[in-house]
Amino acid sequence: MIFSEITLGHYLALSSLLFVIGLAGVILRRSLLIIMMSLELLLNAANLALVAVGRFQGIPDAQVAVFFVITVAAAEVALGLAILVAIFRIKKTTAADQLAGLRF
Amino acid sequence: MEAVFFWVLATSLVICATAVVLFRNPVTNAVCLVAGLAFQAALFITLEANFLAAVQVIVYAGAVMVLFLFVIMLLDVREEARRTIPWVKVGGVGVVVLAAGLGIPRVIEAFPTAKKSLHWGEGAVSGSARDLGTLLFQGYGPLFLATGVLLLVATIGVVVLCRRDPEA
Repeated sequence: MIFSEITLGHYLALSSLLFVIGLAGVILRRSLLIIMMSLELLLNAANLALVAVGRFQGIPDAQVAVFFVITVAAAEVALGLAILVAIFRIKKTTAADQLAGLRF
Repeated sequence: MEAVFFWVLATSLVICATAVVLFRNPVTNAVCLVAGLAFQAALFITLEANFLAAVQVIVYAGAVMVLFLFVIMLLDVREEARRTIPWVKVGGVGVVVLAAGLGIPRVIEAFPTAKKSLHWGEGAVSGSARDLGTLLFQGYGPLFLATGVLLLVATIGVVVLCRRDPEA
């Protein structure tokens, strides 16, 4: 039953699993590049949940929201990577635990 | 049929996402992320969001990942050295994973609408470019314009951030 019939719950469970994996990446990894990739995983988990709820509940606006999320994510990646390159020029590293310039 | 597609795509997506978090070579991470995003585009198609699937492949798997690979090339990042992860972090992630594993099925049980099952072709939402475009420009015109301004500001920001100081 649980394997043969796919419900909204399956999609939401998959989305939560993806979110947890992405969150683990953000917490456990040290390289800023990998942290940004994990952030993409988080955004994609949210997108999947939005599309699934929109499809099963008949809400067309959910897809518009996903459209905006994808646009903002693209801008976020461009800016984040630019900041990363700027940090690398000064510090010669992308490890998050080496960037303690603001530590009191 | 729907079930077979869902399980294959979901398993591949979770494997790719785990690989992104676990592998140490940044290029491997990026390639796994591309594969994962492609699988997610396929999942969008199973949800009848065809235009979003196309956008996902073009914007995410295309543009964003090329950006990532360019930065990997530019920075010449090597494999992350092996290190011991503090046990507090491992324990925290373990607790979260355990809570998620126990909690997710109950949360889903709590939603009565979550038991609606997937049958292709009977979705109330059309994911075609025409319907999405109509919806976008009729209800979300100002937001669409704001997104344009956002992208412009982001572009200017990136140019300013990456410009080398001519005097230095």
